[in-house]
Amino acid sequence: MDGEPLVRWDWIWRNWSTGRAGSIDSLLQQHVVMALLPVVLGLVVALPIGLACVRWRWLYQPTAGLMNVVYALPSLPVFMLLLPATGLGPATVIIPLSFYGVAVLIPAVVDGIASVPDHVRQSAVAMGFTPLRRLLRVELPIAVPVVLAGLRVVAVSSISLVSVGALIGQGGLGNLFTDAFKRDFPTPAVVGIVLIVALALLVDGLLLAAQRLLTPWQRARGSA
Amino acid sequence: MITFDRVTKRYPDGTVAVDDLSLEVPTGGITVFVGPSGCGKTTSLRMINRMIDPSEGRVLLDGVDVTTVDPPTLRRGIGYVIQQAGLFPHRKIVDNVATVPQLLGWDRRKARDRAMELLERVGLDTGLANRYPFQLSGGQQQRVGVARALAADPPVLLMDEPFSAVDPIVRASLQDELLRLQAELHKTIVFVTHDIDEAVKLGDRVAVLQVGGHLAQLDDPATLLARPADGFVQEFLGRDRGIRRLSFVPGEGLRLRDDLTVPVSADVASARGTAEPWLAVVGPDGGPLGWAATSGLPKSGTFEAVPLAPYGTFVRGRDSLRAALDAALLSPSGNAIAVDDSGRAEGVVTREVLDEALVLAAREASRVAGETRAGEGPGEAGGAREAADGR
Repeated sequence: MDGEPLVRWDWIWRNWSTGRAGSIDSLLQQHVVMALLPVVLGLVVALPIGLACVRWRWLYQPTAGLMNVVYALPSLPVFMLLLPATGLGPATVIIPLSFYGVAVLIPAVVDGIASVPDHVRQSAVAMGFTPLRRLLRVELPIAVPVVLAGLRVVAVSSISLVSVGALIGQGGLGNLFTDAFKRDFPTPAVVGIVLIVALALLVDGLLLAAQRLLTPWQRARGSA
Repeated sequence: MITFDRVTKRYPDGTVAVDDLSLEVPTGGITVFVGPSGCGKTTSLRMINRMIDPSEGRVLLDGVDVTTVDPPTLRRGIGYVIQQAGLFPHRKIVDNVATVPQLLGWDRRKARDRAMELLERVGLDTGLANRYPFQLSGGQQQRVGVARALAADPPVLLMDEPFSAVDPIVRASLQDELLRLQAELHKTIVFVTHDIDEAVKLGDRVAVLQVGGHLAQLDDPATLLARPADGFVQEFLGRDRGIRRLSFVPGEGLRLRDDLTVPVSADVASARGTAEPWLAVVGPDGGPLGWAATSGLPKSGTFEAVPLAPYGTFVRGRDSLRAALDAALLSPSGNAIAVDDSGRAEGVVTREVLDEALVLAAREASRVAGETRAGEGPGEAGGAREAADGR
């Protein structure tokens, strides 16, 4: 590199918002959608499966085993596998990331429900909660901290994993890395890294804030 | 009334938790199920609100077989207190207490008002209403648990080792509180414990269960202590059975002597020449200060200057013969000072009077036990017989 600086501010300035595809702000927007949609989808799918695993304990071991296998699959070949079906669209990235989300969130849901102390569950039964009401009013609220902890892991890893999609042209901010490589020009890569890390920190912070808001009853916050 | 009619609980692995249990829990009283772990006491309790269904036999609540009632409906009409309170950690104290009223569809405001009323009733500061359970001590949580069980005013209260997880001092105060509440509310209470002292203190009737779910004995506490049905019950009751039985003999009838007390402002000369070795010195507010030995009195002055020995007291209208005996054993004279509710000395119960009362109580125990025919004792300390019959 012949004295090329790490960051060319004028390049960032010029490419931030061009109104065309590939501008930094549109990539950022794409990145947010492709990273967070799988988190939401993952939760929506994992919740009923997790609850089914709680209800029918024998389901849990095979499900957990299968999910571990899913989680172990490298993302790139999965993208390739999906290409014939989903083409070069964002779905090719969103679908595998959703599966990763499900893989992490099923155990989170199961552990979350298991974190309800036995005496609490029994007193709910003894007071005349119906099973559904007990789930909605007692067990799920108490499971929130554990599920949210899983959600934070999924969100952060999803934000980072989206960039792999750049290899099929659907990487959000990850496209900045391929751009930087192709042109041997470091500025886009630096911008990509900084924005991805900042996005991850922001989302994690928001989820943490949500957790504090949703669970004012947690001992971890100390005495009030 | 709750009736266990030949109830057996057998698990698929063949374990028998409850074996052919038949007993009646009378309305408005405290019936305690007590026994070692594995005796089926909790299983029996849970068959009342269908947390467990019997394998054979029936549990009847006011004549209705509980298995014919939909469990949530049944349970909303039965208060339940569990060890460790079982409070919902994510709900404020007031919402915890209002749980059953809300399940029953009460108006939110009415449920809340009721919850506040109950917090007061169980002796909690209503300022705690908006806290979360983790911010309360174990004893406070347990009180909330009792308030929650009472919220919808159920006629029946099931209590499963509710006070086992708190320290002995808090436990004693919770027990007293329960007895105080019960005197007002007259609930039908089934109370499970492994602690025989708790059973004897709280129960109007005590059912002693044996490992394997056999009912070994069902009696009022005084009879239980006086006449254990078999070796198992006797061993389970433990030591000091005779002494503990005295807790059920009121100290009310004990004859007082008023010539053994002396005001602290009195001149020592007034006591000279008395044959009594000890006098109880009473302060200006009427409360006892201690015992003065008449042998070592100074030549002049008041009792202010006399060194006093420690003393024990019992409340005459309220305490048992056991408390009176204890008070006597705490005094160098061997005599007990009787006080009234406000702590003013009423007089002295001498060893001789205590001795008579003990003999009477012992005869009474034997009569209850049916081992000997009780002699017709002198009437003076006659509280003993009422006590054995009344509790």
